[in-house]
Amino acid sequence: MRTAIVTGRIDAAALLGEVAAVEHGATSLFLGTVRDVNESRAVTGIEYAAYEPMAAAELDRIAGEAAARFGTDALVVEHRIGDLGLGDISVAIAVSHAHRTPALDATRFVIEELKKRVPIWKREHYVDGTMVWIDPTRKPQVTGLASPSSTFGS
Amino acid sequence: MNVQVLLFASYADAFRAPHVDVALPEGATVRDLLARVKTMAAGHALPPAPVVALNQVYAGLDETIRAGDEVAIIPPVAGG
Repeated sequence: MRTAIVTGRIDAAALLGEVAAVEHGATSLFLGTVRDVNESRAVTGIEYAAYEPMAAAELDRIAGEAAARFGTDALVVEHRIGDLGLGDISVAIAVSHAHRTPALDATRFVIEELKKRVPIWKREHYVDGTMVWIDPTRKPQVTGLASPSSTFGS
Repeated sequence: MNVQVLLFASYADAFRAPHVDVALPEGATVRDLLARVKTMAAGHALPPAPVVALNQVYAGLDETIRAGDEVAIIPPVAGG
């Protein structure tokens, strides 16, 4: 098990290699990437900031909970901070397990808890030069067609 | 006691500083701290119930702050 707050590019293939084990028949990988549009505004990049020591500690606590709950230590999480461009990986979670269900469930658990608990913030930069700290507790404006009943964008 | 309170992201922007110093009586709680910070010039920028961490762990309103504690007010998190 390993977690890290990083400032450089995330190498997803390296994470997969790190959790690989011959006794594990299932490997799950989640990548969060910088999207070009949010709430109908064209995004040019995202700046991620963190309360670094607490973010590292909280990420580690989440990984520990996932390892205990889903029965695998083959779990690696990296979250990048700093200035990211479109398509860059902001977060990567790799989990392997003997079987697919716990591998998938552990991955899902980590990203959902991370989004609730880890003190990391993002400021979106828009094409018009403005920027805004994102507050997920504010309901997004309804700007078009109804959203699907369940969305899990990062 | 004097407590240095760490601020981040939108809160640091509102207070125009990465931290503020707050004078609190001995035995003060997180609730007391928030009441004091809300009276500061940029206090209106805080939501009704801001989240606080003590020594890098989320803290309840009734927890006591001790001299030397690392205190932070945590804006709504948005990682991922």
